[in-house]
Amino acid sequence: MGGTVSANHDRSNLLEVRGLTKIFGTLTACDHIDLNIAKGEIHALLGENGAGKSTLVKMLFGSLEPNSGEIFWDGKPVKITSPGVAKKLGIGMVFQHFSLFEALTAAENIALSLNDGSPISTIAAKARALSFSYGLPLDPDSLVGDLSVGERQRIEIIRCLLQTPQLIILDEPTSVLTPQEADKLFETLERLRSEGKSILYISHRLEEVKRICDRATVLRHGKVVGHCNPREETAASLARMMVGSEVKAVVRAPAEGIETAPALLEIRGLSRKPATPFAIPLKNINLTVRAGEVIGIAGVAGNGQGEFFESVSGEVLQHDAGSVRIRGKDAGGLSITGRRLMGAAFVPEERLGHGAAPRMKLSENLLLSRHATDGKAFVGSGGTVKNGAVYSAAQRIIKAMDVRKSAPDPEAAALSGGNLQKFIVGRELDRRPSVMIVNQPTWGVDAGAAAHIRQALIELARSGSAVLVISQDLDELFELSDAIAVIHNGELSTPLPIAEATFEKVGLLMGGAEPGHAEHSLEVA
Amino acid sequence: MDITVNILLTIATAATPLLIAAIGELVVERSGVLNLGVEGMMIMGAVGGFGAGYLTGSPWIGLLAAIIVGALFSLLFAVMTLSLATNQVATGLSLTLLGLGLSGMIGTSFVGQPGVRLPNLDIPGISSIPIVGKLVFGQDPVFYISIALTAAVMWFLFRTRTGLTLRSIGDSHTSAHALGIKVIRYRYLAVIFGGACAGLAGGHLSLVYTPQWVENMSAGRGWIALALVVFASWRPWRVLAGAYIFGAVWIGQLHAQAFGIPVPSQFLSSLPYLATIMVLVLISRNKRLTMMNTPASLGQPFVPDR
Repeated sequence: MGGTVSANHDRSNLLEVRGLTKIFGTLTACDHIDLNIAKGEIHALLGENGAGKSTLVKMLFGSLEPNSGEIFWDGKPVKITSPGVAKKLGIGMVFQHFSLFEALTAAENIALSLNDGSPISTIAAKARALSFSYGLPLDPDSLVGDLSVGERQRIEIIRCLLQTPQLIILDEPTSVLTPQEADKLFETLERLRSEGKSILYISHRLEEVKRICDRATVLRHGKVVGHCNPREETAASLARMMVGSEVKAVVRAPAEGIETAPALLEIRGLSRKPATPFAIPLKNINLTVRAGEVIGIAGVAGNGQGEFFESVSGEVLQHDAGSVRIRGKDAGGLSITGRRLMGAAFVPEERLGHGAAPRMKLSENLLLSRHATDGKAFVGSGGTVKNGAVYSAAQRIIKAMDVRKSAPDPEAAALSGGNLQKFIVGRELDRRPSVMIVNQPTWGVDAGAAAHIRQALIELARSGSAVLVISQDLDELFELSDAIAVIHNGELSTPLPIAEATFEKVGLLMGGAEPGHAEHSLEVA
Repeated sequence: MDITVNILLTIATAATPLLIAAIGELVVERSGVLNLGVEGMMIMGAVGGFGAGYLTGSPWIGLLAAIIVGALFSLLFAVMTLSLATNQVATGLSLTLLGLGLSGMIGTSFVGQPGVRLPNLDIPGISSIPIVGKLVFGQDPVFYISIALTAAVMWFLFRTRTGLTLRSIGDSHTSAHALGIKVIRYRYLAVIFGGACAGLAGGHLSLVYTPQWVENMSAGRGWIALALVVFASWRPWRVLAGAYIFGAVWIGQLHAQAFGIPVPSQFLSSLPYLATIMVLVLISRNKRLTMMNTPASLGQPFVPDR
């Protein structure tokens, strides 16, 4: 950088970043980023997935090394070479993907990040005291593997606060919380600000940024595209800054005659014992999805969504064949292929390694999932693959879903997350399935692609299919569902019609406030 | 009475090398590294220990040499798997093959030579007390080291901060790295400790158990030690129990064979393995506890992204 180095290192700035750049191979994840964080402010870092937010904060916390650029802490130039150095300066971090150890207790987890020699019992007592003073109750002796995601985040926050940092970095903290838990978090953040601490708040949820942040820096494709005061912006104007263009709103035509439409997916008394000690058991789940409707399943991560999807998709078979019925026939004893042949389609949560084989081409991935259902089209007599037919089908999907790629038929791993997700969803939609089950349809997908996927799911339903969407993103579920059910601790509530559903009602169910049949639990045992 | 004492003594002698090698490997695996080269490190310790003892005439120097040779040999594994991130299973297997071959080559001139033996503990007046004297105060020094080592490792893993850090690395090296823990450094030290233990176990074979050099004299004990760690669900006191059950059934079946009990000798020879596995499986029935003690990142190479 040959630019002029101005001398105005304002002492009111706790952290100042100049021209920070990080290059991975041919991708410039962060391109000359400038960022100032003042003392006692909540500063938002906004951007879509893949905009470079996580890369930037990893450099600030010392877990990644910048290729070039300068960092000033309290006006003095510093090199943050490791998380240890960051902690010594007074930077604390609450990670997006939790950095906790499941097999250890909360206190042990906290002790690991504090470098003083005090015994675990002292640390446990300190953690307990601090957690109560912030209204984030925590049992230091509990095993992390047993805790809910919200409770785990509490540990992360308490662990961070015990280091008495001046700057706290929170990476997408509310993506795993119920609305009520998020409110509690905002109270804590406001209290920290009043104590003079600075907070760098990373999010793509615009409403909460508008609510609690004093200033915002917006990233797009690794570059800073603007600074603003989020309180003076609208959610739409912030979205425009993040995305760079208008985002098309999803249109959901009202569903008609659903009550009399045939039930295409029926789940009756589905239960499942936990396969591992930290897994969630499923408890007597009942759900009907009729032709023409989209049902959403909300819930905080780790409440049985994964187990439920595995059971319904046939990755795990049921003892009672009648517990999963597809188009009026028992399917509980059938494998994934068996259920696909009945007209169902599945999109799992994990794209690479589950939804697609990373090192195989898109056309090969298409064949892998549809060799049985499209046997006649894709496989000739004698078991030879009709490469031409598979290739042209793959191109048809790529075109329909607007998948952006660098080669005509690239490896799955070469696509960005959002584009691969479009292909995987498109691969199933292309079959016009009668029953479509999707787990986290737009996780980590940019706003434009997400809108495209959601619109396609709604259109599939309106053309007479039954669509079931499991998601942690409440905004998404309210956008595309005709009714929302909530999964909590392996139990599924009755679906709330979208006209009656509010964030508050769904949030309470997500927190386990009303476990389905409240009246029964009131009876004296 | 004397026979009982003698049998108990031979059991301890049979169990000691297994215990030491397994305790070392337990620490390695608790840090998340799977070193399948225990057998190779053990046999290298045995040949190194014998050679140094034979050349200097001092069994103590021999024992020290066994530890150093084991540690150096494990360093090779550490450089490959930790610095170069090679596959741990393949590297560990080649370490065993290399150790078996190399020790045979080094030991050619030692074959048939009289070795030196570490003297048993002898405290005048106390070691000659009947039964207790011999069992508690009259065994070879490595026996005492093995018991002290087990206790020390238990204390280290579950009572010290460094032990907690080591366990956390075994649970999730990415989380540990994110906290600023030096994952690779800890793993190097753990692997070298494991190597030193395997070397010591080998030294016990060629300086106490049978004070001579025979090619391939570790005879699969490294593999048994590896199995003990898994079946003991990575808990030191269970490793101790497992090693002694194995030793006891091993000695028992030898006596049974000598008495000419009409059971196929092959079946008797397999008894120690069966018995040990059965007992350890029974005591690790608690799935939850086993899960908690299993190092979740075991065997996965760690490459920090920078």
